[in-house]
Amino acid sequence: MQARNAIDRSLKVLAKSKELHPMKEMRILSPTAILGYGFPEDSFREGLRRDPHVIAVDAGSTDPGPYYLGAGECFTAGAAVKRDLEILLAAVVERGIPLLIGTAGGSGGRPHVERDLSLIRKIACEKGLHFKMALIQAEVGPEKVINYLRQGRVTPLGPAPALSEEEVGRSARIVGQMGVEPLMKALSAGAQVVLAGRCYDPAVFAAPAIEAGFDPGLALHLGKIMECGAIAAVPGSGSDCLYGRLERDCFEVEPTTPARQCTEASIAAHTLYEKSNPLLLPGPGGMIDLNASSFEQSGGRAVRVAGSRFIPAEKYTVKLEGVKKAGYRTVSIAGCRDPIMIRQIDELIGAVRERVTDNFRNAGLNFFLDFRLYGKDGVMGALEPQAVVPCHELGIVIEAVAGTQEAADAVCSFARSTMLHTSYPGRLATAGNLAFPFSPSDFRGGEVYRFNIYHLVEVNDPLELFSVELIDL
Amino acid sequence: METIKITDMVSVIRSKNSGPYELTFDVIFKSRADYERARRSGALKKERIAELYHLGKDEVLGTVWFAAALAFKATIVRPLISGDPGETDVYGAQQHVPFLSLTIPVADQT
Repeated sequence: MQARNAIDRSLKVLAKSKELHPMKEMRILSPTAILGYGFPEDSFREGLRRDPHVIAVDAGSTDPGPYYLGAGECFTAGAAVKRDLEILLAAVVERGIPLLIGTAGGSGGRPHVERDLSLIRKIACEKGLHFKMALIQAEVGPEKVINYLRQGRVTPLGPAPALSEEEVGRSARIVGQMGVEPLMKALSAGAQVVLAGRCYDPAVFAAPAIEAGFDPGLALHLGKIMECGAIAAVPGSGSDCLYGRLERDCFEVEPTTPARQCTEASIAAHTLYEKSNPLLLPGPGGMIDLNASSFEQSGGRAVRVAGSRFIPAEKYTVKLEGVKKAGYRTVSIAGCRDPIMIRQIDELIGAVRERVTDNFRNAGLNFFLDFRLYGKDGVMGALEPQAVVPCHELGIVIEAVAGTQEAADAVCSFARSTMLHTSYPGRLATAGNLAFPFSPSDFRGGEVYRFNIYHLVEVNDPLELFSVELIDL
Repeated sequence: METIKITDMVSVIRSKNSGPYELTFDVIFKSRADYERARRSGALKKERIAELYHLGKDEVLGTVWFAAALAFKATIVRPLISGDPGETDVYGAQQHVPFLSLTIPVADQT
């Protein structure tokens, strides 16, 4: 009986997708900027009232840094992602429409996809939901990358250095950023819920539209705006819905809550966001050309965009992102309020560094030791434009990175105690140099990773790095 | 020469990672007149951005004017790859401050 229901639902999805072809428009709902960032239920209901053909959501980013990809951890909390998924899954199952999730688990590696899959399984079981699901993995094995490298198919992206086989070998995890093609394959196989690993952000929004025959330039530009939820609206929000309506020669975007609006300026400006050049946005297989795009207010809260074009690349490339392990981190957090010490903080830190280096000289320890000085240049470091920053107190973060957690603990602890008791010229406060807000004063930061692959790989087939697996839930 | 503070002409000045290897700055002007004045003044040339951030000229990867958004954009090589040892701002969202001190000449442009 359950199987029968599942088949019925799949047929309904297929019928729906067939019915799209003669359609003049495709309506897409983006619930939030990142799955797990949440959205008001009122906004979501308002979105459903517009009868979307598809709900799609981006679930990740490289912004939180290399740790999450390397360690296989998710930067979004499981409980928050589950809350969002419960609402989304119930809505798409009830309506028989597809749900596409890109860059599962934050980084889109295998453990990240698994985390989100386990949440989906749990919800399906708890709520008695049944649907056909596609899993698209995006991890790329190092041996595969080395093969591409030998064939001369790997080039650095932007300022990244050329890649060597040794560097690939050091990688803890590598993912490829899929374009629309694997998602389209999953949809045409009848999947209602598509859970994808690392994904070009606009792809989950554009794939169903391109599959239904809409213009890829408009579909991808629409996706580029929608992947951030209501961030492109005024006032902007990373935890609210954006509704998009794609026609044959233009699209419209509008926040679902009446409390926000899209303006020509907010939508045009959004295409700048996190990109190096706002007029040519490169992605898998080509770029979106915005040179002829127009942005026009349409009604009170919607903006109509036309003229965006997709320029296919001569060779299809996929972006690879990889990280390598760099050790373990321990940090100590402290403050200093003494003006006599603050005046000579650089000299004091120099003396502490010297003591730490000298103390571990024969211990065979390879370590990195750093002091962030908040109130001086803790935020901008080398880019800080102000030569002298007058401040009445300093926040100090002592950081040690070493080959093992114990070694990082030892270096951090020694640097902390040395800094606490080192004398300096004119010192009056001889009881201690640092104010610690916490006991314990030191914290283990765990594994440390560094980005080491940010390269394009030329593929023969947009699907060749990505496997699509169908599951019946 | 008479100048006007850039902070009086803009609605947005922000920085953000553009991938882990680049840092990108957006300046969005309040009006077409402000946008045109800043663009024609030459005050946001590549050399000036390099100077603001103590960089070599080749570390400023590009500057671009985007009329549809009344925006100027500059992209530089990140001082560190995002998250590398010594990192101070993993997302790159607080590196915009030197832009706040810019002034734009209000020369007679007729």
